Amino acid sequence: MGAVAAHREPEVMPLQRAWRGLRWYVRELTGEGRWDEYVARCAAEGRRPMSRRDWERHRADQREHAPQSRCC
Amino acid sequence: MSTTTPVRRPDGPKRRMTPAGIAIWGGIAVLGAVCWTVLALSRGEEVSALWILFAALASYAIAYRFYARFITHRVLGADDTRATPAERLENGQDFDVTDRRVLFGHHFAAIAGAGPLVGPVLAAQMGYLPGTIWIIVGVILAGAVQDMMVLFFSMRRDGKSLGQMVRDEIGVVGGTAALVAVFAIMIIILAVLALVVVNALAESPWGVFSIGLTIPIALFMGFYLRYLRPGRVSETTAIGVALLLLAIIVGGWIDDTGLGDALTLSHETLTVCLIVYGFIASVLPVWMLLTPRDYLSTFMKVGVIVLLAFGLLLARPVLQNEDITSFALDGDGPVFSGKLFPFVFITIACGALSGFHALISSGTTPKMIAKETQVRMIGYGGMLMESFVAISALIAACVIDQGLYFAMNSPAGATGGDPGSAAEFVGTLGFSITPDALVQAAAAVQEPTLISRTGGAPTLAVGISSIFTDAFGGGLAAFWYHFAIMFEALFILTAVDAGTRVGRFMLQDTIGNFWPRFGDTSWRPAAWGASAVVVAAWGYMLWVGVTDPLGGINQLFPLFGISNQLLAAIALCLCVTLMLKHGKARWVWVPLVPLVWDLVVTMTASWQKVFSDDPAIGYFAQAGRYRDARDAGEVLAPAQDAGQMDQVITNSTTNGVLQLTFAVLVVVVVANAVVVWVKALRAGGLPTTEVPAQSSDLVAPSDFFATKEEKEAVREWEQSRLTGSPR
Repeated sequence: MGAVAAHREPEVMPLQRAWRGLRWYVRELTGEGRWDEYVARCAAEGRRPMSRRDWERHRADQREHAPQSRCC
Repeated sequence: MSTTTPVRRPDGPKRRMTPAGIAIWGGIAVLGAVCWTVLALSRGEEVSALWILFAALASYAIAYRFYARFITHRVLGADDTRATPAERLENGQDFDVTDRRVLFGHHFAAIAGAGPLVGPVLAAQMGYLPGTIWIIVGVILAGAVQDMMVLFFSMRRDGKSLGQMVRDEIGVVGGTAALVAVFAIMIIILAVLALVVVNALAESPWGVFSIGLTIPIALFMGFYLRYLRPGRVSETTAIGVALLLLAIIVGGWIDDTGLGDALTLSHETLTVCLIVYGFIASVLPVWMLLTPRDYLSTFMKVGVIVLLAFGLLLARPVLQNEDITSFALDGDGPVFSGKLFPFVFITIACGALSGFHALISSGTTPKMIAKETQVRMIGYGGMLMESFVAISALIAACVIDQGLYFAMNSPAGATGGDPGSAAEFVGTLGFSITPDALVQAAAAVQEPTLISRTGGAPTLAVGISSIFTDAFGGGLAAFWYHFAIMFEALFILTAVDAGTRVGRFMLQDTIGNFWPRFGDTSWRPAAWGASAVVVAAWGYMLWVGVTDPLGGINQLFPLFGISNQLLAAIALCLCVTLMLKHGKARWVWVPLVPLVWDLVVTMTASWQKVFSDDPAIGYFAQAGRYRDARDAGEVLAPAQDAGQMDQVITNSTTNGVLQLTFAVLVVVVVANAVVVWVKALRAGGLPTTEVPAQSSDLVAPSDFFATKEEKEAVREWEQSRLTGSPR
């Protein structure tokens, strides 16, 4: 939701926008952004988020049982 | 007024092109036409590699803008009012609405590998033109079409896998054949990829040192991510990449030291190391090795592709080989045997059409797509990018000295392994290079030798190194060479590791049907046992390739290429079936044309590899020739003793049987499908397992760049969500 507001700011410089865009893309691609989403969701639902360590561990366990093929 | 409003047709947005649009697309078409004309008409002149690059880019742009759009809206009937599985079944795990540009990155990282790099390098023995034409035409009409259609059909079926769809839509017989084919083909692919790594690292202490260090680096990253800074992937990857570059640099210092001698490993030792490593890596938890190495390999992949594109523009290299060599017409090339048709299409494989992609397009990607029309940018666009990688690799192989190219890519049995005999052999092919030049070329990249470094990876590394040295200066040829080897080996190892794991899950799943406990992926004996079977299978084929006196790449690469293309035939067959079942016979030519072409190519190639009486091509003819000689008590070159004679006989027979099996499996799938086609045509359509339409609440743009209207629509939708208006 914060990202939506940021897009509206008129005074953002093009270079700064490009940097933010790149940062957003890298965080999304690596999955780092998912943690922020989780925290935001917990806040919205009034729950206490689990620690990042436990959360990442949970995600690693999921990955363990859903192997993704890498192509030739 | 309303009469001038363009009519929105139900089968997709129909906007009239603006004058600016017409000018831009006209310009791109003219650019493409000029590049193709130059490539077609240049004979015996100096041809710049940039003509190939721009012919490719212009053709891709036009195909994406017009053909892919036509397929998305008219042929497939993608409908953005219909909710995707990601939206309907969102669970934050596998079903997860993902930004289209992020998903494009994920999908590309999953489909791109060593195949499009290695295949074009080997195909360069036939000249630059056949490879260029097939990579570009093939991707536009076959490869990208397959990727996009499979993605679409899987998405309409909640992300079902290729094997499952074949069983549901074609039949149990076809489905079972497809399942066996997928597993067997995967084993061959893993073996050949591993062979490429072995050939690139054998007798190369620098290579072994830097690639070897990727294991502790990945382990370090894994522990860092788990215990020190959980979740900080970008930070960890940055540290990993820095360590990786350091490992390449330090590798240059170990020559002529005790460590260097210790790391000069033979092909056989390396094979054993790789098999042991493959097993350990596939049973370790993914967070330790696989996940962190995947981050590294993705970063290197993207980095090298971007560098190579810039490097080509800056260096503007000139092609060194002919447009079409005599090997293409006579079929007697030393790199791989056989004529242009069908073998150039088999060899290029992944860069133009890759059956393996159908497994990815029916795996995780369809479960993450936000809007149906995005299949165009992700499926079609992702494959165009892969094809661009293949074109870059082809250029890199065509700009190196051709004497060197053939000295590097001919099997050791032919070159004899030393500079004198190699130069002599290259002379008999009609090229010239002095023994001294061969020694110097190896010294320039700090390798003990470049003779018979088959497999494509070293050749590509020499090509990349020369382009980067020209483009960026600095006399870093040896660094760039090892940088390129690192980049290839890294993602081959990731593919081997991930592939072993996928194979293990497939095996556990299949055996689990009869013995439920074995299907439990957390039960260690089953996990270890299944991993051991998969590793033993590809390990055996790898060993066969490494020790084959006739040259492993020469023998196994056709098997790899044909199996990949046969997998594509299964995928395209499924697409044709679904078009007919959906009652879209009118548009069935879209997947049918590539299917027919692919079947003609693969069946001709399989026929020749099995039944040809030319021992250079036919596996059984080859085994027969060596058997006759052995029985007569002779030893045929390049075998050096009776033991090697036996080895050739066993290997060639194994390869022939495998080749025949794959072809028969595909014929079974196609035959089963034809029965369904006839039924569907008679009935004008048949029920399918497509999930019924549910309306979508989600708004998202469909292409790389959102239009003004799309941005406005997204903004309104986000506002309405914030204010909590009813869904």
